[in-house]
Amino acid sequence: MTQWSGYLGLILQGALVTIELTLMGSVLALVMAFLAGMGRVSRFFIVRAIATTYIEFFRGTSIFVQLFWAYFVLPFAGLSLTPLQAGVLALGLNVGAYAAEVVRGAILSIGREQYEACTALNLGRWQGMRHVILPQALLIMLPTFGNNAIELLKATSVVSLISLADLTFQAQVVRSQTGSTLMPFVSVLVIYFALALIISWGVRSLERRMARGLDGVRV
Amino acid sequence: MEWDWNFVWEIMPTLIQGVKITILATVLGSILAGIVGLAIALARRSPNRTVSRNVGWFAEFIRGTPLLVQLYFIFYVLPDIGILLPPLVAGVIGLGLHYGTYTAEVYRAGIDNVPRGQWEAAKACNLNGRHTWTHVILPQAIPPMIPALANYFIAMFKETPLLSAITVLELMNQAKSVANTYYRYIEPMTLVGAFFLVISLCSVVLLRWLERRYGRIER
Repeated sequence: MTQWSGYLGLILQGALVTIELTLMGSVLALVMAFLAGMGRVSRFFIVRAIATTYIEFFRGTSIFVQLFWAYFVLPFAGLSLTPLQAGVLALGLNVGAYAAEVVRGAILSIGREQYEACTALNLGRWQGMRHVILPQALLIMLPTFGNNAIELLKATSVVSLISLADLTFQAQVVRSQTGSTLMPFVSVLVIYFALALIISWGVRSLERRMARGLDGVRV
Repeated sequence: MEWDWNFVWEIMPTLIQGVKITILATVLGSILAGIVGLAIALARRSPNRTVSRNVGWFAEFIRGTPLLVQLYFIFYVLPDIGILLPPLVAGVIGLGLHYGTYTAEVYRAGIDNVPRGQWEAAKACNLNGRHTWTHVILPQAIPPMIPALANYFIAMFKETPLLSAITVLELMNQAKSVANTYYRYIEPMTLVGAFFLVISLCSVVLLRWLERRYGRIER
């Protein structure tokens, strides 16, 4: 009963690992989302096929299976990953596949006239994408990206099962050391919720910032 | 280490037992999620402000925290206050509650989509509250929701491996125990991944059909 502060320190350490995983996973997911999402609207069949396979594969199996596969099977193929690397890889690739569909949807939702305007201005495909389409599409993607980031935060709890000392793992440690169940799990749930609130608040303020100067452009 | 078909056939019966539990958990969880979601959606529309606000916060909280920690909470904390649940029941409650908060949003959107005139017509026909819901609103609101609901049930199916963390002997847990016994990870883990991939690719076809049959969202 006396050392709650010590145990709380343990849980906060876990929170740091969770935050670290969320950030690194989000970066990887963002990269994969743009690669695969733009790959799906590519002119070349082979690029489209690769992007579609990636997306269907990672959306079709659960994050848990992918994580275990990365951690237990890849070593046999000669690729040993630390739990952190396996976690970031699985989280990033999994959420990246979901976010890729968001990227694709946003790009397709930009009206035809914008593409025609690009042609009229003699912009190349890449120039038009970079200067005309993406700046508008980004704003449409942002809210859903926020949801994806929260999904990623929630998915990080799974890495505790491959012995990475994140929040959930530390909650289990505290439970087994103190025999108390309510305190560790409630505090961990509250921390996760607080992190999720921070993400959604951050995304909303980013959205407001990016929408500045676009009044009247969009309906 | 190489792929060994003999080993695959040897472990197949064990894995199939796991598949049965996985499917059972998904079906029960889906039923519970369907009921919980409707209850939450109705409670949030309640004229009583304290009820609607508290239920709203509760749903928000569950949606913002990881399913794994919620499963631990149900499995470890509830026995301390005298509620002893078998692992499968705890898992089904966890899945149903977690996805119930998602399906609640689907119900909310579906109910909001029923035109105002229908409410007024129900009132004009002198139907009481219960009859309005059961005979006018829900029969119109539910069919368009079916594709979205099915989507969440498929997502739930992919989350069932998490139940292995609370000792439910579903597919993932069987695969893990087989892998740990023979110290061969490639086959069991890959088979689990392949199983989920096949089911979710089939479910894409089912979803398309449901969308054609019921989904007339864009009216």
